[in-house]
Amino acid sequence: MTRLRNFHAAQWDEPLILDMGTPGERGYIPPAVEPEIQNAAGPAESLIPAAMRRQTPPCLPEISQPGVLRHYLRLSQMTMGCHITPDASLGTCTMKYSPQINEHLARSPEMSDLHPLQDDDTTQGMLEIIYGLEQMLCEISGMSAFTFQPAGGSQAIFANACIIRAYHEERGEGELRDEIISTAFSHPIDCAAPAVAGYKVITLLPGPNGYPELDALKAAVSPRTAGLMMTNPEDTGIFNPHVEEFTRIVHEAGGLCAYDQANANGILGITRARENGFDLCQFNLHKTFSVPHGSTGGSCGAGGCTEELAKYLPVPMVAFDGERYYWDYDRPDSIGKIRSFHGNPQAVLRSYAWILAHGSEGLRQVAETAVLNNNYLQSLLQDIPGVSIKYDVPGHRLQEVRYSWESLFAETGVSSEDVRRRMVDFGLQGYFTSHHPMLIPEPFTLEPSESWSRSDLEEYGTVLSHIDAEARAEPALVQNAPYQASMTRIHEEALDLPDQRAMTWRGWKRKYGVAARAGANPRA
Amino acid sequence: MGGNGGEGVPLRLGLIVNPIAGMGGRVGLKGTDGPDAVDRARALGAVPVSGERAAIALATLRDAAPTGIEVVTVPGELGEFIARRAGYEPVVIGENYRPTGSSTDTIELARLMRDEGVALLLFAGGDGTARNVYEAVGMDLPALGIPTGVKMHSSVFATNPRSAGELAAHFLRSPNSVCREAEVMDIDEDAFREGRVSARLFGYLRVPFQRNLVQGLKSGSAGNEQGALNGIAAAIAEHMKDDSLWILGPGTTTRHIANALGLPKTLLGVDLYHHRKLVAPDANEREILRQLGDDPARLVVTPIGGQGYLFGRGNQQLSPAVIRRVGIENIIVVATPVKLAGLSGGALLVDTGDPELDDELRGYIRVVVNQRQESMQRIA
Repeated sequence: MTRLRNFHAAQWDEPLILDMGTPGERGYIPPAVEPEIQNAAGPAESLIPAAMRRQTPPCLPEISQPGVLRHYLRLSQMTMGCHITPDASLGTCTMKYSPQINEHLARSPEMSDLHPLQDDDTTQGMLEIIYGLEQMLCEISGMSAFTFQPAGGSQAIFANACIIRAYHEERGEGELRDEIISTAFSHPIDCAAPAVAGYKVITLLPGPNGYPELDALKAAVSPRTAGLMMTNPEDTGIFNPHVEEFTRIVHEAGGLCAYDQANANGILGITRARENGFDLCQFNLHKTFSVPHGSTGGSCGAGGCTEELAKYLPVPMVAFDGERYYWDYDRPDSIGKIRSFHGNPQAVLRSYAWILAHGSEGLRQVAETAVLNNNYLQSLLQDIPGVSIKYDVPGHRLQEVRYSWESLFAETGVSSEDVRRRMVDFGLQGYFTSHHPMLIPEPFTLEPSESWSRSDLEEYGTVLSHIDAEARAEPALVQNAPYQASMTRIHEEALDLPDQRAMTWRGWKRKYGVAARAGANPRA
Repeated sequence: MGGNGGEGVPLRLGLIVNPIAGMGGRVGLKGTDGPDAVDRARALGAVPVSGERAAIALATLRDAAPTGIEVVTVPGELGEFIARRAGYEPVVIGENYRPTGSSTDTIELARLMRDEGVALLLFAGGDGTARNVYEAVGMDLPALGIPTGVKMHSSVFATNPRSAGELAAHFLRSPNSVCREAEVMDIDEDAFREGRVSARLFGYLRVPFQRNLVQGLKSGSAGNEQGALNGIAAAIAEHMKDDSLWILGPGTTTRHIANALGLPKTLLGVDLYHHRKLVAPDANEREILRQLGDDPARLVVTPIGGQGYLFGRGNQQLSPAVIRRVGIENIIVVATPVKLAGLSGGALLVDTGDPELDDELRGYIRVVVNQRQESMQRIA
């Protein structure tokens, strides 16, 4: 078996950039403007209209170039990303290796200099790529149209909820149909997005095989059903084989069906949303289609639908008249805008290049390899005494598995969170536990995408097996981990407490006051 | 290990029935610990239910394991009559023992059973009976409760009498059957009648293990559920303006609903409201039926944490007659997501005392889990 790494992360006691530098310190001081230029153009300030000039300078750190480089390189040394570790840890996130060539394309001046207000005649290449990716995703899903405006999966799912609403409103049933049905192991956004759109949400809980029973759905549908919004395979990696009956029952009740295909890595080229009976779907380009994850809004949730529903998609859409591509704003039935301008076209470009490089055979091979990798990792983990898998049903899981350390916890008191922190001591990223609700005790979710090698997976198995043995020999060793990481523990509770969490520097200063400025940890 | 009887040697099953257990339920008392409570229950019209339920368990056992089991029991209504009613010819011991009608009986007779060498002690009662069995045999002898009491916080009971019979048969016949250590818990009945719950752990019994057939430990409220409770309260309170009679079952979840409207609520009792006014606090079955009359009514109940019982545990006032009069379609089930996730069997359970009604209740039901959030739950 693979050896355990003797790893130690860098530990830089690095302050926040906003607490660094000294007033007047500069990275680069441009040469003074020559008198001839100044005379011709006037003072620099006059180039900005008076009404747009700010009266006080922005509160930005003042710091030299080497200071900036040093700071960010140190932070990068303390980061565990998918270019440092084989990232099978973040199950449900589909962490795959994204080819560097696509990064170069996305960062090329031809791409980065584009402006959303340019005339269509000067952006024919980009419009062709957007139109082209739409055709590819239609082929992959069986749908008839796609929008790339949503900047993430959640926005695309919200758009789908809005389309369902628009559809029923047009039929005069908007008031009556106020319920959306989802499942407990779907991504929580399939409940949250329709709730934001004004719907009451009915959740179906897993039956004995891990997915909801048909009878639960039959009991849930009514004249008030607006639609079904679900994931398949669900978070457990189990594919609901009755999905066609699910969509049929909802259609018979007058509802629409939206397929959350954020993670399509287990079914790419194997099943299609349309043939499963769905009217709407979405792909997260940053999962299945090899775009780096954008961290809340930097990527693209591609939303697709049937021909009947296409008129509701966000405005504008790229159209082609046989000779020329253009943004079509003449869409009177559209739900409107979901995101400013056109979303993130760099994400569209990366996925377009990635799909072209694979071809249809290649896409199917992606899914097959991802499933094979997952089955192999599962076979390694099944030999670890403290690991169990709820819903031990016949057949294989697809691209991921939600495991449980329930028996390890019962026997040793070592929890899934403890194991997660200990992994880092062996140079692996801590894993994702579970979305809520946590129906599986002491959960952890692994998803070894097609990118990782057999030896990568064996390293995973070895590390988890070793930690299981440590937990039995000396539980406190695992419970107090990590020891070799950049930081020991973070106080995650603050994330759940509105008066403690701070999403911005301004928020941090407001909630923690002057103490934060002085670098003191107010929680310590 | 469980059954170990060789060829032809019958396995011995001990049976003790606490004949007064469960009498307090339908008349709105919170248990029958102590002689005063028994008299009060009788005065309120209570009839014994324990023997009947024990007989269902034994009949199921007999169906599941027709041969090879010998029932060892004690005279009269403490076991012998029940065993005979289920078709057994029991070995009767303790004929010289003079029953006192108190908890001493269970303790003394359980010790006799142990000395007789029974493989499993099946007892019918509630938490009080379980405590007595524990006092007598501790962990020496595998034991299993047939649920017939009002309070069943202990996890030593099968989910219903039929399951008790099945589980006992399975345990005695299977060479690989295993036991688990199950909590014996009880609450102070006087405090319970005054609306305070103070559950205490008394010890552990060794109970045959089979998932879904043993009642889980009744869990207390977990974590910060305030948000979900507020959401549930808002969702229900919105509807309580109508003309229906609103019947709120026991529990902290239902209390939250009443409190959100500024109304009082008996924590462990059933309270009736009309037009957002309390019309009958801590009502028993008779009072509920009287108030019901012919008006439309809504019944709000929450399952017991851990076990998932919707009817038949701690709310026997909501009798089959009450449930039928209200109508199944007018039952509103409320529970926080944490409570639902903590259900040991993953399903809600009913044990109204009327098997036909239990059957009608089975299937999927909507559970209000927050404002504008519901969950489909199976009643098993």
